[in-house]
Amino acid sequence: MNVKKISKSAFTSFVDELISKQKVIGAQAKGDRFEFEQLESANQLRLDYDVTLRPPNRKYFLPPVETLLTYEVGGSYQSVSDSTEFILLGIHPYDLEALNQMDLIFEQDNCDSHYMKRRNNATIIACDVVTPSRDVFAASMGTATVKSGFDVLLTDIGDSYLMESGSPKGDKLLAKAKGTADATAEDLEKRQKVWNENQNRLNKHKLNCDYSYLHKLLERAYSHPVWEEKAKTCFSCGSCNQVCPTCYCFNVQDDVNWDFVKGKRQRAWDGCLLDGFTKVAGEHEFRKKRADRFRHRLYRKGKYVPEKISSKIPACVGCGRCVHACLPDIANPVNVYNRLFDDLGLR
Amino acid sequence: MVKQSTIEKDIYLPRLAAVKQADLLNETELYLQLAMDGEQLDYVPGQFVEVSLAGVGEAPITISSSPTQKGYFELVVRKVGNVTNAIHKLKTGNKIGIRGPFGKGVYPVEESKGRGIVFICGGIGLVPQRSFINYVLDNRDDYGDVTILLGTKCQSQRFLTDELQSWSKRSDVQFLETVDQGDDCWKGNVGVVTTLIPKIESKLKSAVVTICGPPIMYKFVLMALQEYNLQHEDIYLNLERKMKCGVGKCGHCQINHVYACMDGPVFRYSDLAAMPEAI
Ligand SMILES: Cc1cc2nc3c(=O)[nH]c(=O)nc-3n(C[C@H](O)[C@H](O)[C@H](O)COP(=O)(O)OP(=O)(O)OC[C@H]3O[C@@H](n4cnc5c(N)ncnc54)[C@H](O)[C@@H]3O)c2cc1C
Ligand code: SF4
Ligand code: SF4
Ligand code: FES
Repeated sequence: MNVKKISKSAFTSFVDELISKQKVIGAQAKGDRFEFEQLESANQLRLDYDVTLRPPNRKYFLPPVETLLTYEVGGSYQSVSDSTEFILLGIHPYDLEALNQMDLIFEQDNCDSHYMKRRNNATIIACDVVTPSRDVFAASMGTATVKSGFDVLLTDIGDSYLMESGSPKGDKLLAKAKGTADATAEDLEKRQKVWNENQNRLNKHKLNCDYSYLHKLLERAYSHPVWEEKAKTCFSCGSCNQVCPTCYCFNVQDDVNWDFVKGKRQRAWDGCLLDGFTKVAGEHEFRKKRADRFRHRLYRKGKYVPEKISSKIPACVGCGRCVHACLPDIANPVNVYNRLFDDLGLR
Repeated sequence: MVKQSTIEKDIYLPRLAAVKQADLLNETELYLQLAMDGEQLDYVPGQFVEVSLAGVGEAPITISSSPTQKGYFELVVRKVGNVTNAIHKLKTGNKIGIRGPFGKGVYPVEESKGRGIVFICGGIGLVPQRSFINYVLDNRDDYGDVTILLGTKCQSQRFLTDELQSWSKRSDVQFLETVDQGDDCWKGNVGVVTTLIPKIESKLKSAVVTICGPPIMYKFVLMALQEYNLQHEDIYLNLERKMKCGVGKCGHCQINHVYACMDGPVFRYSDLAAMPEAI
């Protein structure tokens, strides 16, 4: 295991060094909240952020709007891809788990080259959580800490960071950092303490069953009244989809230039809670009822997606963003899953 | 992470095809005969393509011809919105984009060899079924009795009428047709497609049944079939869903845990127990 220790001031210099050489995207303050944006200086970086407005995994690997193709009307199509190399600095364990899941989804069956090219061009520097957000429940979902998917994992142990490499890319990066020393047993113990504490601290909404049981619980919950009850006040606004690190549904649209000669085909974030998501010709809509759409989202998180990619961790990673985003306060997955568990229990 | 070769291939990039023939069949249906530029489209009955019109968008359309037909493939497109309106403007010689063929859930071409087949079609549902029907007719000796039921709203919406007539003339095919609303010039059956089912009772014994039509039709047809005690494994339904990618990513076509674009669009009735959203 390659783990180095670096003082916070040396780390700041290291980040400035990286910024001078390539695109580095990191968590920054945005008003009283946080968001991942390109860094111009290490001073902007806030590794003590609680949670970012938008999930960085989606924002940078499946952007809100992305051009897939360009074409000439009546002519041929050209594939468009993004080959900029970049470093994603400071992604939290729960968002990294969401990224790990998206990697499997976009590679599976028909490999999505647009996603994969971007992914292969990225170096991931993850960071253990320093400040828990108001609604985080990552510990309940098995994502308070993370063991894979990063090139480097940072842990704040007080006056310095530990940097663990998780890949050859990470090894190379660590080798470039000045002022590092091998982590001592004592340092590793401090890190273990952070991990242990985060298992308790990142649990603002506690799931009453083990997360690996959710898919079995949902096998018996399809006709439960909770879907109707909760969805009664749903606005179908899709905010819970928009902020979620594991939502990845998209729409595809053509956009023609003013000259009607050239144009592009783009994909953009979509949401299964929105009315019309399943509507086909003849005004037929397959999930017309709000309760059906509400249920679909929580089945995707708890059952459909994890089963599709054989993941023990659910496709709700417990970031808490939807809890914050939902005005009628019904989107919190834990509240729904606990209600089901209370009623249906283990079997 | 991923092999470079798989990354080079863009699953959203259409290949070009040329329009060899474009005929309007009635007010709303257009017949297209297409040929891929410099290649052959390999497909099986039940698969669909994403038809791409630069500047307008894409629409999933089932291949209506049988793969026994070489050198070109056929689509029949109903005009309902943006892309399909633009498709209706195509002329011979125009180029369009094609992605696919897509869909692993297809018609039981091999499994039904040696058995009777009953095709139940509602309106535009004839189009996808036609691929399998013509496949069976081109390999007639491999299959048992062939029975085709077709229901259309009214006479003016019927299409491919020459082909329907040729089926009705064949002695090795039983073809029954009905319209929901009759008029003075219509001499045949009047009523929805389910009214034809009792007329083919003997054919339903041990047959494979395939169904394709508007969403509302499935429930009524399945209800009507109930009294004939068919095995649920022997009933196939071709399910339409909204589709945006065709390759299992965009999420639009999802029916519970399955994806119509990947796992379908043709499903066995016996699989529907786990898919309450299907019909
Ligand atoms: C597997 C499959 C096979 C099909 N085969 C045929 C066929 O052989 N012939 C045929 O005429 N039609 C077929 N359809 C239906 C056809 O895809 C839609 O009519 C078409 O996509 C509508 O697009 P549009 O741009 O013309 O309509 P729009 O202007 O987009 O909208 C008109 C209506 O169509 C709905 N719609 C939009 N996109 C889709 C979509 N991707 N799928 C379904 N509905 C949509 C809209 O929600 C709206 O209600 C098939 C659909 C599927 C899923
Ligand atoms: S469902 Fe809510 S809490 Fe779970 S990952 Fe998505 S946004 Fe975060
Ligand atoms: S955020 Fe809340 S109100 Fe909006 S769609 Fe989601 S559950 Fe419904
Ligand atoms: S059409 Fe996109 S997932 Fe099926």
